[in-house]
Amino acid sequence: MSAVPSMKLPRWVELGMLPVINLAAALVVSGLVVRWIGESPWAALKLMTDGAFGSQEAIGYTLYYATNFIFTGLAVAVAYHAGLFNIGAEGQAYIGGLGTGLVGLWLGHWPFWAVLPAAVAAGAVFGAAWAFIPAWLQARRGSHIVITTIMFNFIASALMTYLVVNVLIKPGQQSPETREFAAGASMPGMHAMLGKIGVPFTATPLNLAFFLALGLAALVWVFLWRTRWGYAVRVAGLNPAAAVYAGISPARVTVGAMLLSGALAGLLGLNELMGSQHRILLDFPGGAGFVGIAVALMGRNHPLGILAAAVLFGALAQGGSQLSFDMPRVNRDMVVVIQGLVILFCGALENVFRKPLEAVFNFGSRLAARGKTDR
Amino acid sequence: MNLPDSAAPPALELRGIDKRFGTVHANRGVSLSIARGTIHGLIGENGAGKSTLMNIVYGFQPADSGEIRVQGIPRVFGSPQDAIAAGIGMVHQHFMLVENFTVLENIVLGVEGRRLIAPGLARARSALAALARDYGLEVPLDALVSTLPVGLQQRVEILKALYRGAEILILDEPTAVLVPQEVEQLFRMLGRLAGQGKTVILVTHKLKEIMAVTSRVTVMRQGAVVAEVATRETTPRDLAEKMVGRAVLLRVEKTPATAGAELLAVRDLEVVDAFGVARVKGVSFSLHAGEIVGVAGVAGNGQSELLEALAGIRVPRRGEIRVAAAGGSPAGSDPRARRRLGLAHVPEDRLRMGVVAAFSAEHNAILGYHTLPEYNRGVLLDGDAVRGACERKMAGYDVRPANPRLPVSAFSGGNQQKLVMAREIESDPRVLLVGQPTRGVDIGAIEFIHRQLVGLRDAGKAVLLVSVELDEIIGLSDRILVMAGGEIIGELSPQEATEEKLGLMMAGVREMAEGGSRNPEGR
Repeated sequence: MSAVPSMKLPRWVELGMLPVINLAAALVVSGLVVRWIGESPWAALKLMTDGAFGSQEAIGYTLYYATNFIFTGLAVAVAYHAGLFNIGAEGQAYIGGLGTGLVGLWLGHWPFWAVLPAAVAAGAVFGAAWAFIPAWLQARRGSHIVITTIMFNFIASALMTYLVVNVLIKPGQQSPETREFAAGASMPGMHAMLGKIGVPFTATPLNLAFFLALGLAALVWVFLWRTRWGYAVRVAGLNPAAAVYAGISPARVTVGAMLLSGALAGLLGLNELMGSQHRILLDFPGGAGFVGIAVALMGRNHPLGILAAAVLFGALAQGGSQLSFDMPRVNRDMVVVIQGLVILFCGALENVFRKPLEAVFNFGSRLAARGKTDR
Repeated sequence: MNLPDSAAPPALELRGIDKRFGTVHANRGVSLSIARGTIHGLIGENGAGKSTLMNIVYGFQPADSGEIRVQGIPRVFGSPQDAIAAGIGMVHQHFMLVENFTVLENIVLGVEGRRLIAPGLARARSALAALARDYGLEVPLDALVSTLPVGLQQRVEILKALYRGAEILILDEPTAVLVPQEVEQLFRMLGRLAGQGKTVILVTHKLKEIMAVTSRVTVMRQGAVVAEVATRETTPRDLAEKMVGRAVLLRVEKTPATAGAELLAVRDLEVVDAFGVARVKGVSFSLHAGEIVGVAGVAGNGQSELLEALAGIRVPRRGEIRVAAAGGSPAGSDPRARRRLGLAHVPEDRLRMGVVAAFSAEHNAILGYHTLPEYNRGVLLDGDAVRGACERKMAGYDVRPANPRLPVSAFSGGNQQKLVMAREIESDPRVLLVGQPTRGVDIGAIEFIHRQLVGLRDAGKAVLLVSVELDEIIGLSDRILVMAGGEIIGELSPQEATEEKLGLMMAGVREMAEGGSRNPEGR
């Protein structure tokens, strides 16, 4: 017996219009909240967009935040295509950053072109290693990866606190952070790179890692949709029984995809530590691993969508801090509320407007069909 | 069967039912009138609109236009509850039962009455006793549903509908899971129901069943009613042609087999399921070049596990599988290794295992073969080669629409199956394992698929065919193995295999020569 054919939306509606409508809905509700605490929603919106895109400095900071979210968003997406919900990007980014940071501490006296590959390798290996344990537990022991990756976030946090406070801390000071990296472990800033080719750009933390993230997004796309390994990952994610039938081992895909996912998250330190902080300090991922989940969700787990969503969340982070700075009644927590609303509407409630839209397009195509038969 | 009373309004009347899904016109002005106290057949190929029509009648989805009259009264159904209230009951192909509830609990589910369940159960018990008396529908009310054979579970579904006051009973492919003897019981029961004034609508694709029990039959094609005839004035061939819209062959044409060398040998194979229960118990047989060996059996008697063990998907606990290609050495134990030895596999459940529904046709056409050098260029998949190969397969196997980029979920069951068959047969296997090759496949495609299997046999390959369709087993096989309770209970030639004989063996009765002892583990 035939299944009921499901009405599909045109691609441009699915990928373009639906996210925009979701975002608009989030902003409308945010506006109501801002209204409710007695500020003007229009002024707030203007402050936020200006704060995020209004100047070179604003754009620099927005893209700097976005870089973190690209790494973690790609990490969540790769796992997602294998049918795995990696909640642990935060911890993987934290431990991966440890690897990058150790390279910065120990090899920072090398020239930058020699430090970079070592830092990339160390970040990827440390992040992958942190993801390997939950992956192995899922593949061989059936422990659910959602639970184990959450637990590994806490373990990573505790481990890093111990290491930074007791082992790596710069001697003779109170604040829990290491000494600064030597010059070789410093990512070239965007202002420096653009300055070399004669384009003036305000000094911001935006750095070479942004381009690395863009390059990785392209590589992830090639891997997932243009290689036999990516093919195997997607088969296992969409239909594990078909994977077994095809001779693809779901257990191996689970481990492989999580290693890749952890490696991607682990590169966050390139941007955050080598690009901005130049030392290892506590809690440097700052929730980027969790934002990565929202970024991947909103970006439909496609690298292009992830880029767009990462910029949006970068803008929310940067514009939000500007907003809390300029509007006394909108404090940091209010900004978190707004970010939460965006995640709610774009992630959790992403299909709320699908039915009405489908009805509209259904009606349209039926009218078109009637028109044809009438003629 | 009672003659319909011409003065009384028809039990169910549909007038101009029309339904579109986007651009798909699923029902085109369907009008239908079914007299009270009759068994009415509804047949059509997959996608002909039978399911949509019955879903509309049962209130699952509204029609775009048209009218439904029940016992002469116009009705509008917003949900199945409305349809049930109007006296319509439905028995789905896949039972909607809670396995670890008793029969009685299942029957009252949703109509328990008040907050306390005990009085409702007591009421139901006496009402059901009356129903059982009137219609001969005995079931052990306090048995757990999971312990009942499939035939009895179906009876529970029927009782559920009757208990809710159904006057019109819709049965969707009710015989798919039954052995022939159970089918006979079901039909006797339906006859009694009709005799007492209930109206039965039998939705099926099996022409033989239509001929056996219905008094009238409606044929649908492409969403429209193409014929409504009295069953005794028609023939299966005539109905098949009306369904498909052209002449069809109902019998498989083939020459006698010339079996050659042994290609696959299975010795004392034992396969356990995830719970450690043995599903295949010491099975031995061999498969020769140039023959089709059929495995008959009621679904769930170990055929699936046997097939999956042979394909390398399940690791057997004991026993030996040898493929001749490797010089008689034991075959590797994973599916990829088996494929390399020339063992191709068309899985029983296409959507669960054979395809990735969200993938395009071209990517499904390399499933299991995606690592072959011909589809890869360095680290990248060779998009042109993948597409070209899919286009050739689609052309050779008449897959429609011939668009390699379309997701497989957009193809009909028959075309999906043709794509899977193309993938496996074109890999040039020495042995082809096929499970339910024509499940959910329309008549036109069945004919094509059967010809492919016979063609493979004639090219000197070996085919192992697992099917619950006895006609298919008898029509295609050169030898028939019957499985019951995980064992091969006997072997028949297609000439000596009658439905009755097969049915008895499938129910676990050993061959008559062995004294007809019943196998307690059979069912």
